[in-house]
Amino acid sequence: MSDALKTKIADVFNEPGCAKNAAKGDKERKKGCSKPLTPGAAAGGCAFDGAKIALQPITDVVHLVHGPLACEGNGWDNRHAASSGPTLYRLGATTDLTETDIVMGNGEKRLYRAIKEILARYAPAAVFVYSTCVPALIGDDIEAVCKHAAAKFGTPVIPVNAPGFAGSKNLGNKLAGEALLDHVIGTMEPETSTPYDINVLGEYNLSGELWQVKPLFERLGIRLQACITGDARYRAVASAHRARVNMMVCSTALINVARKMEERWGIPYFEGSFYGIEDTSTALRTTARMLVERGAPADLLQRTEALVAEEETRAWDRIAPYRPKLTGKRVLLYTGGVKSWSVVSALKEMGMEVVGTSVRKSTAEDKERVKAIMGDDLHMVDSIPPRELYAQLKEAKADILLSGGRTQFIALKAKMPWVDINQERHHAFAGYDGMVELVRQISLSLFNPVWGDVRRPAPWERDDPVPAHTATSAA
Amino acid sequence: MAVIVPSRKGYAVNPLKSSAPLGAALAYLGIEGAVPLLHGSQGCTSFALVLSVRHFKEAIPLQTTAMDEVATILGGTDNLEEALVNLKTRMKPKFIGIASTALVETRGEDFEGDLKTILRRRSELDGTKVVFASTPDFHGALEDGWAKAVTAIIAALVEPRSPGADAFRQVNLLPGIHQTPADIEALRQLIESFDLHPVILPDLSGSLDGHVPDRYVSTSFGGTPLEAIAPMGRALHTIAIGEHMRAPALALRDKTGVPATLFPTLTGLEPCDRLVTLLSRLAGKPAPQALRRQRSQLVDSMLDSHFHFSGKRMAIAADPDLLYCLSMAVSGMGAEVVAAISSTANSPLLDRIPAERVIVGDLADFEDEARAAGAELLITHSHGRQAAARLGVPLMRAGFPIFDRLGAQHRLTVGYVGTRNLLYEIANIVQGEIHEPRPGDFSPSPRIIVEESGHVCETASAC
Repeated sequence: MSDALKTKIADVFNEPGCAKNAAKGDKERKKGCSKPLTPGAAAGGCAFDGAKIALQPITDVVHLVHGPLACEGNGWDNRHAASSGPTLYRLGATTDLTETDIVMGNGEKRLYRAIKEILARYAPAAVFVYSTCVPALIGDDIEAVCKHAAAKFGTPVIPVNAPGFAGSKNLGNKLAGEALLDHVIGTMEPETSTPYDINVLGEYNLSGELWQVKPLFERLGIRLQACITGDARYRAVASAHRARVNMMVCSTALINVARKMEERWGIPYFEGSFYGIEDTSTALRTTARMLVERGAPADLLQRTEALVAEEETRAWDRIAPYRPKLTGKRVLLYTGGVKSWSVVSALKEMGMEVVGTSVRKSTAEDKERVKAIMGDDLHMVDSIPPRELYAQLKEAKADILLSGGRTQFIALKAKMPWVDINQERHHAFAGYDGMVELVRQISLSLFNPVWGDVRRPAPWERDDPVPAHTATSAA
Repeated sequence: MAVIVPSRKGYAVNPLKSSAPLGAALAYLGIEGAVPLLHGSQGCTSFALVLSVRHFKEAIPLQTTAMDEVATILGGTDNLEEALVNLKTRMKPKFIGIASTALVETRGEDFEGDLKTILRRRSELDGTKVVFASTPDFHGALEDGWAKAVTAIIAALVEPRSPGADAFRQVNLLPGIHQTPADIEALRQLIESFDLHPVILPDLSGSLDGHVPDRYVSTSFGGTPLEAIAPMGRALHTIAIGEHMRAPALALRDKTGVPATLFPTLTGLEPCDRLVTLLSRLAGKPAPQALRRQRSQLVDSMLDSHFHFSGKRMAIAADPDLLYCLSMAVSGMGAEVVAAISSTANSPLLDRIPAERVIVGDLADFEDEARAAGAELLITHSHGRQAAARLGVPLMRAGFPIFDRLGAQHRLTVGYVGTRNLLYEIANIVQGEIHEPRPGDFSPSPRIIVEESGHVCETASAC
């Protein structure tokens, strides 16, 4: 690993904007926040995975992975980050390093040639080049290759230095943010600027969720300068430094970007969420307040209140019919981060009982919120081993599991309803409409007649075998 | 017959291949009570895991040695040891299959020597069989990884045949990675219908066939029992499917002396007939009545469906053996393979593919070739969906991964019944595209006359 990357990682770990980090002592902070992984008991993606997740939604660029096949070949086209226009970002491009390339040290040459051919064939707004473990190990200098290619061909070529073995997915998110700070944000000027311009950071437009909230901002006259990076265009991200306020959606992912944009361009930021009705309202209110503080006309506040009141009423009216059906149903929520509490409030509003919510990826602040909403921390769980999760569901300690794809089959094999609320999901759950949709999906899942059918014992498992005479006379 | 040409690009766009360690992991999952372990960064496992889950719609037990940068530079033995011990404690597997990745192979270590030391030193690993296969991502693809894992299992676990031992009425079956759980199940039944006892290595039909156990199982559930692997040497014969299974078949033959027959494909009337002939000879029995009826049904389906193949321009992209299997099947019905893309060049069968040329490339090459040749049907895995949408040509999904259609594991395409299924599936897609004739269809401008390309029947190559 290059010294530059080491410094970068140390810098990212020493993030003053991170609440968890701020609470640490000097010595502890110096160690960084990478938890050592346990061989044979590790789960989750690598730093490269995290970097790709954070940047891939930029739609009008080519994402080129420099490495042997597996890094891109096993992982491309696997998320539903939606685009309103260009589809170039869905291209799975890789230098597909072979043994000869590695032995002969041809990696850099191969990368340069790939960039050249990609620019000629696809004419992208930019090329993002991702380093992976093997080129990092053999010392390929992707920054130099990118710099040279950019100068030679006159198109931005952005090095993303987050090889998998540098650490976790979360670290990769942050290193992707650093690449944007170092090479993209602030390199172009927007065509127009208004006092109502904001950026949304850490929203990836999975299943089109951005489009559930963008119209809300638009109705208030608030303009999305850039979403970093859901449905983004390169130019919008490059001119994001002219926005007035940053909203940070996924708190741990791009906090370094938010803080450094404040430092460099004086853009204040806040952390908010579009999951849950109250949270959406709070996000809109905070955005409006901060824009007004930065000089937007004050009537924005009243207009926001009016919109919030209208939308909340409309959402609750649409949710109300589900309430009698859902009251008393027990939910196990296995996710993390903001969703550990933002979804809880909506479920409680439905009269549902939350029998557990996991806080394994949540911050101290998230945990406080869970406590406040649930009344105590009795049902706050860290991680649940798969075997135990299965047992809980099998013994019907919950009626439904809300989680991500990783635990999907634990629920299904226990013949229990399951709704996907993580990144691979196909339904959009953001904003007011999203929460209505989530309640609808929970209801559909809980009351699907399939459960009764699949749980019925097989004929040979029944305690009361069919008497012989009925067996012969029936049908 | 076909000319083999490498892709002209200096990079890959829209990869056709999945990596070798993933192929090895899938083979290991065909062993009962197994946990595959990828020796590499946690991302190597994570990507492979997610992709397998998307294909099989099952929880896949797949672990990692979680190599970080320091471990890579200093050497990964400690991580390997820790991973094995942790796996044993947490999941109690009967079998752990290790596959190396590009990361650890780039540094290079004596993995097998280190593994021996670890197994000697750590008595808590006793009772669990541990196998290692070298499968760097930068060499080959799924087929290569799968074959290396099977070879490693044979080398480590099959016992040499004791001299003078009588052959049992047993037939060893070494399926390739292009066989689905349904294919394997059908072959098992076929072998059993001759009163022969099949031992299948690896056997995904038990472990990845999508079933609901009544308890939580953290390892693979079903698959080849370890007890069945050791005595593979008592079989009458070994049947291997796909050219990539040649090395495992040879390893088994050399270790046990059991003669082996390699079938490049078991899709199509002629190869199925050869398999039935072989089984009949081994069993000393005529083919059962039910099988004769299946053959007759296949012949009928060929007669009924050949209209929809005749002169149809088809583009196929797959790993070498699957490419061979599919292109032989469709060209044998009168279709023309106008584009043939192979993920790797690691197969001597490529030049026998019934196409003018075979490009070793990716799905961008596939799309370009299919467009240029005016293909009317695309056949490849789910990643071909983008190309199909852009070209406006229907896509038949085949191979790995298939993540946007359900039931990939239950799709049967070998034997008389499987061939019949496949022909109907393709013919129905082609039929679905037929449009009402318009006056313009009969314009006086000269139409391109497509010459039907001949096809060559493969003869069983005994190895």
